[in-house]
Amino acid sequence: MAETTTNGGGRSASSFPPKWLKQSVSLIFTVAITLLGLLFVTFMIGRVMPIDPVLAVIGERASQAQYDQVFQELGLDKPLIAQFAIYVGDVLQGDFGTSIRTGKPVAEDIARVFPATLELATIGTILGVVLGVPLGVLAAVYRGSWIDQLSRLIGLVGYSMPIFWLGLMGLLIFYGILGWVAGPGRLGVFYEGLVPTRTGLLLVDALIAGDWDVFKDALSHIILPACLLGYFSLAYISRMTRSFMLEQLNSEYVITARVKGLSEWNVVWRHAFRNIAIQLITVIALAYANLLEGSVLTEIIFAWPGIGSYITTSLLANDMASVLGGTVVIGTIFVCLNIFSDLLYRFFDPRAK
Amino acid sequence: MTRHTPARTMRIGAALLTAALLSSTALTAQAETPPNMLVIAQRIDDIKTMDPAESFEFTGADISRNVYESLVDFDPMDLDSGFQPALAESWEVSEDGTQITFTMADGHVFASGNLVTAKDAEFSLRRAVMLNKTPSFILTQFGFTPDNVEETIVASDEKTLVLKLDKAYAVSFVLNCLAATIGGIVDMETVMANEVDGDMGNAWLRDNTAGSGPYKLASWKPDESYTLDLNPEYAGDAPAMKRVIVQHIQESATQRLQLERGDVDIARNLSPEDVAGLEEVDSVKVVDELRGRLMYWSANQKNEILSNPQVIEAMKYATDYTGMQDSFLKGQYITHQSFLPATFMGAIDDTPYSFDIEKAKGLLDEAGYGDGFDITINVRDAQERIDIGQSLQNTWGQIGINVEMIVGTGAQTLDTYRAREHDIYLGAWGPDYPDPNTNAGTFAYNPDNSDEAGATGLLAWRNAWELPEMSEETLAAVVEQDSDKRAAMYEELQREHMEVSPFGIMFQQIEQNAMQSGVEHFVAGGATTAVSYWVVTK
Repeated sequence: MAETTTNGGGRSASSFPPKWLKQSVSLIFTVAITLLGLLFVTFMIGRVMPIDPVLAVIGERASQAQYDQVFQELGLDKPLIAQFAIYVGDVLQGDFGTSIRTGKPVAEDIARVFPATLELATIGTILGVVLGVPLGVLAAVYRGSWIDQLSRLIGLVGYSMPIFWLGLMGLLIFYGILGWVAGPGRLGVFYEGLVPTRTGLLLVDALIAGDWDVFKDALSHIILPACLLGYFSLAYISRMTRSFMLEQLNSEYVITARVKGLSEWNVVWRHAFRNIAIQLITVIALAYANLLEGSVLTEIIFAWPGIGSYITTSLLANDMASVLGGTVVIGTIFVCLNIFSDLLYRFFDPRAK
Repeated sequence: MTRHTPARTMRIGAALLTAALLSSTALTAQAETPPNMLVIAQRIDDIKTMDPAESFEFTGADISRNVYESLVDFDPMDLDSGFQPALAESWEVSEDGTQITFTMADGHVFASGNLVTAKDAEFSLRRAVMLNKTPSFILTQFGFTPDNVEETIVASDEKTLVLKLDKAYAVSFVLNCLAATIGGIVDMETVMANEVDGDMGNAWLRDNTAGSGPYKLASWKPDESYTLDLNPEYAGDAPAMKRVIVQHIQESATQRLQLERGDVDIARNLSPEDVAGLEEVDSVKVVDELRGRLMYWSANQKNEILSNPQVIEAMKYATDYTGMQDSFLKGQYITHQSFLPATFMGAIDDTPYSFDIEKAKGLLDEAGYGDGFDITINVRDAQERIDIGQSLQNTWGQIGINVEMIVGTGAQTLDTYRAREHDIYLGAWGPDYPDPNTNAGTFAYNPDNSDEAGATGLLAWRNAWELPEMSEETLAAVVEQDSDKRAAMYEELQREHMEVSPFGIMFQQIEQNAMQSGVEHFVAGGATTAVSYWVVTK
């Protein structure tokens, strides 16, 4: 036993704590502090906002006795810090409270609405990447040409047009006049409930069930809002790709490569693009996170039952438990995506190590 | 001063532009819904629960009315005729007027297959009192309390239900209240089988239904849709629509597109611009229906200037009723100046006040405020209310009243109002139950005007308006047994109220429902009740 202890102690003395462990612990610590800070800020915003959470529950016709009862039930008679401690304790157990608007646990609500947003944002981001990255690269390679101008125009329109207006126009043209796509919502009313919910991602669920009709209908519903979101991330991604690429194309190794007689295709895609790929990951992760939280108006126009419209509707109804829950989930995703891109960065870029 | 955020301005601009584009583009209906299925586009994000003992929102009332039957009910094809026998085939009132004995009709069956008996009615009404949720006052105002329901609400046998009241109320008052959502009769056996921690099935009834009405709830996805399926056990004629699907569509322009495409049969929340745009579409019609919601302003009597009756009268004359009605409220509100909405028992259509700046100026001079004064008006952040607020700001300004508009969220403005800290409050009020006392009891009743009374539910109290005589008259009207006499009492009460109250009642809501031209008998519920899907054909 003593020997074992000595041996163990000996080993750990030389390498304990190992670097990866140290980094992981510090990472977990940073994440925990960030999330706690996020919880604190959102909680405080909820409490200092000039709204009465009790009235939101009981409506304006209730009696004083009913008011007092709900005031206590919500724990509002306790000191603020105690309320926060209770809230954090509950959140750690996955309990975000009950939505006063839907009467269901907020966690359950979020589990229901989040896949809708995830599906929409994922397809939107994929479209944005597939189109935005090549466009950005081409704009950099053919700097000043018509393709560069076109990418600039696309970016400008993407930044300046209100998404609300573009969404309605899209609906009017492609749904209303041309009839190419299905209307608002995730699924036609006649297809509701045909496919069992497994992942909450309708396209995936339809594929698992092998139901092509539902799949086609869901695809027809998602294509327009996804293109709209894809367009907005395309605008951002192509601009960033262009500027990263320009930087690379002006660097010495590219010039050397060209002098060595490598083909332009090889120079651009094999050498320069490889070097911006890591930077792009961060950009794409951010664009993705933005779509996850910023698609509120799209969700409202297309009656898309996602987390963006859930948080907005809850906010308008003073349903603070839902707003807090939704904000914490979005915040956590932000933090996770940031860490993810950070880790990828470290993994792929030797300099970061 | 009005505050507009840039995002808001942008949205309004975008909406107007879209409306303009839509109006220049005639779409042809291309799809069609199945003939026995009704598909509706509507904002339904106000649903909190389906439990009739708790439900107090518009959409909840819509569902309840189609899922539950009550002891008495309104005929959707003849709302004006008042309550009719439903689960109760008849009733008798004791000589002293404090006891009503209902005889249950035969043949009513819950969706579960259980027969509807007096025991279910006893359970449902007791349950609503004992759960003590917000709408419980509709029943407890007759003296029922959680402690006394076992003696006051009693099913003496399977067919007989006895209600013992604390006073001899007008029978019409009691029966009107029983026709409200809270009077929905639930299936005792099914509900109690789903009880959790002594909640009498409250949690389960949030998203399940157990009634004997024409429909049963098939599914509810919050903020997404609800679906009603036929209740095969329903005792009445089988409805033409076997299934009703209501989709949550927030944007008016989107609802309109769906209607024009033929993807929905009815669109229920169209803006005036979109309604106007539909005029050119042949396959679609717009049906107007008077609803119970009133738009009013009221003056806090704690403010010395506003407690001067001539000042209030001047402000009532300096309101541009027809100007507002014909411009931004076009088609959606109609001028109405008394506290009972048209179609209510005892409602009057007098409109003694018209826009008359000279008269208003004269009144203000007489009151000693010829040089004007400064006041604030609290307005909720909703477009139509801001528009009304701006109109008042403008026309009151013309007689020297300098109005500062404070725009806030619903909760912010309501907090100020309930705390009696406003000068002027611009508000909307809808009836809680289909009896005139619902509005008389809030606009013309305030037994204790002290701050300590905390009667936040009474609009008269919120405006610190002391009205001992009118309060007496309001109380007298609820115990008047002769219905004609009772109606006359309300008529008189309203005329007096119009003249002396610090309430400037301006408009009554008109709901404009747009539908495919083949849809018939869609009744949204008028001023007294909610929608009735079971009479719809197409």
